[in-house]
Amino acid sequence: MNVKEVLGNLGLLEYFAEKRTCKKCGAEENYSVFKNNNMICPSCGAYMRMTADERIDLIVDKDTFIETNASMESKNIIAFPEYTAKLKKAKKDSSLKEAVVCGTGTIGGQKCAIFVMDSSFMMGSMGTVVGEKITRLFEMATENNLPVVGFTTSGGARMQEGIYSLMQMAKVSGAVHRHSEAGNLYIAVLTDPTTGGITASFAMQGDITIAEPKALIGFAGQRVIEQTTGEKLPKGFQRAEFLLEHGFVDIIEERGRLKYTIARLLELHSR
Amino acid sequence: MAVLKPSYERVKAARSNDRPMGGYYIKHMIDDFIELHGDRRFGDDGAIVAGVGYLDGIPVTAIAMERGDSIEERMRRNFGCPSPEGYRKALRLMKEAEKFHRPIICFIGSSGANPGIEAEERGQGEAIAENLVEMMGIKSPIISVVVGEGGSGGALALGVCDTAIMLENSVYSVISPEGCASILWKDSAKAPEAADALKLTADDLYKFGIVEYVIEEENRTSEEICSALKRCVKDEIIAKKALSVDELLDGRYNKFRKIGNCEDNQ
Ligand SMILES: [Zn+2]
Repeated sequence: MNVKEVLGNLGLLEYFAEKRTCKKCGAEENYSVFKNNNMICPSCGAYMRMTADERIDLIVDKDTFIETNASMESKNIIAFPEYTAKLKKAKKDSSLKEAVVCGTGTIGGQKCAIFVMDSSFMMGSMGTVVGEKITRLFEMATENNLPVVGFTTSGGARMQEGIYSLMQMAKVSGAVHRHSEAGNLYIAVLTDPTTGGITASFAMQGDITIAEPKALIGFAGQRVIEQTTGEKLPKGFQRAEFLLEHGFVDIIEERGRLKYTIARLLELHSR
Repeated sequence: MAVLKPSYERVKAARSNDRPMGGYYIKHMIDDFIELHGDRRFGDDGAIVAGVGYLDGIPVTAIAMERGDSIEERMRRNFGCPSPEGYRKALRLMKEAEKFHRPIICFIGSSGANPGIEAEERGQGEAIAENLVEMMGIKSPIISVVVGEGGSGGALALGVCDTAIMLENSVYSVISPEGCASILWKDSAKAPEAADALKLTADDLYKFGIVEYVIEEENRTSEEICSALKRCVKDEIIAKKALSVDELLDGRYNKFRKIGNCEDNQ
């Protein structure tokens, strides 16, 4: 059988043949062309946002990822208008149950707990389920003395869950604190975009903070800052390079080397 | 004039120009207050007032968001919107309080953390994140009181606590009603509807079990509200001081741990 037949049998032929367009330069390619290039545009080099599945494929050793709390789903806890329908649509459009995937696996042979946020589910926003899944992951990692490697991408706290969403920032922070106090390593990898309440909580609580090139990372939204201050934002404002320059990330790592760098850090901290 | 929805009336009350802010409660609740300045990193943020004094004879550290009264003072205090150095000053003084086993009282009232270019350059997100994680481990009782508008992450940065108290007409929300309405409905004039939807009143938060006490304001003067609050804070400080450090920190952890507990679907 050739590749086409295999994919056809798996029902994946259409998926891989599906055209994708680079938002930066407009280049149109088959999905597989982008996927084989780590979701980096072969024409202009722009980093496309990765789904949780793509990220796990890129970073976690093949066939080692075991998902935890996979079935946890959000409810409309404060009866927020239109939220139930939005959740339904997000699930359908993203084929995910929520905006974070958690589990365990190995990276370069090093066992760790892993969370990967996915911006294709309601912009990766954090409600109670995202908060609960990440909290449980840190608690499990603390019990088992595992390092945590977390990939953030999020528009911030999910307003449709009101104060519950805000409080998830504190809840996760508690679990990060206990994990850290027990002497465990947490590597935060900030990917485009990491903003609002995520930046103001677990994205900025790692022992080591890595960012992807040009990723947008910040607390306040750019439009809000412009409107409040009336000032023009400097070039490269809130990009990964800006944060490195101001001392808020340790490393900017390109996608092709990310797994290698994380594995080396895990290895060094395991001795 | 359109009839305002009840939640939005609370928002307006919480923001009212004449409403006393954190500084007022320090002045009227804390005796012999000595203000302490600066984060030892960059500067001193006028939006956060912090220092030491006595609450009915008990030495305490008090930290408050304050916007000021006159226009000059409001400019100097950036209308009560803290910058990273404000959160870092707060954390520095919480650690000082911890060293001397002194309880901490935080007064929250701000539309949110300062959204500015320089605030971002100095790590607004990191400063808040650091407070959230560090406050989980501070070995002194922390009592947080929302006295005005509890605006999002910038408010929560003084809100990791053992006991949370809200004044009746204060609000506490993940986003301002205006911000919510303009993002969701492209119309900030729908803020009253958003305020209802967000469930941000003291009553709502009490029902959710997120705050432990609501101090009534109806038919009370500022002085009466202040003395009711003082009694409540003092009782909580005495109760929390009686706990061992492990009990205190477990209690704080669990207070937040239980918020939005979800189960796996079968
Ligand atoms: Zn391109």
